[in-house]
Amino acid sequence: MSLPRLPDAAIELGASAGDWRAAVRLAGRALERSGAALAGYADEMIRMIEEHGPYIVIAPGLALVHARPGPDVLADGLAVVTLSDAVRFGHPHNDPVEVVLGLAMPDPSEHVPTIAALANVFNDAGVIGRIAAARHPDEVRAAMHLQAA
Amino acid sequence: MKIVAICGAGIGTSGILKVNAERVLERLGIEATVVAADVASVSAATADAQVVLTSPELADAVGPTNADVVVVQNYFDLDELAVLLERALG
Repeated sequence: MSLPRLPDAAIELGASAGDWRAAVRLAGRALERSGAALAGYADEMIRMIEEHGPYIVIAPGLALVHARPGPDVLADGLAVVTLSDAVRFGHPHNDPVEVVLGLAMPDPSEHVPTIAALANVFNDAGVIGRIAAARHPDEVRAAMHLQAA
Repeated sequence: MKIVAICGAGIGTSGILKVNAERVLERLGIEATVVAADVASVSAATADAQVVLTSPELADAVGPTNADVVVVQNYFDLDELAVLLERALG
């Protein structure tokens, strides 16, 4: 498996977000706390959605938010935010979103193993619900088959 | 045979679609090359493609193409992908 590590700092559980932008900002802040990105990365992730629509809501209840590699990305990073109240992104089928996965990747040529590992985790249809129900970061890591931080 | 997975940035979500499409094609015994691309390079990437895989929001952005544009709802549902790809290629 080649997912970036998921330290406690990159996990926020039961957060409240008034709208999808606030939800993306929470994921941005989690990536910032773990040292993967600078504050401006959240704006870039929001801009991607404003430009292209909520296509990042790739499965029921799950948004995979990310932007292109750039100066705001410091390191490979993964962040998980769960929302106490699900938020609508405007996706025709997969709304509302309970789990926001933030992704920062400095080098696009090296992202393939990361993406394949993500697919391995989430191809199990039960994972999104287990992450949404987690009350402790260890439960999130266990659901995603990640080692303890 | 060429299949193009499209997303906003050309990384991330289209990468997941590419990885899972490759798994489904292997399961179906269909040989094809799957590439990931962003919406900005869509016309070049799809010029010689048979199938374009994308999300409902981006389907309109694909523009005129001879390829079958296939809209995927759940990127992690390999059964959905298998049905869609069999229909497009079969």
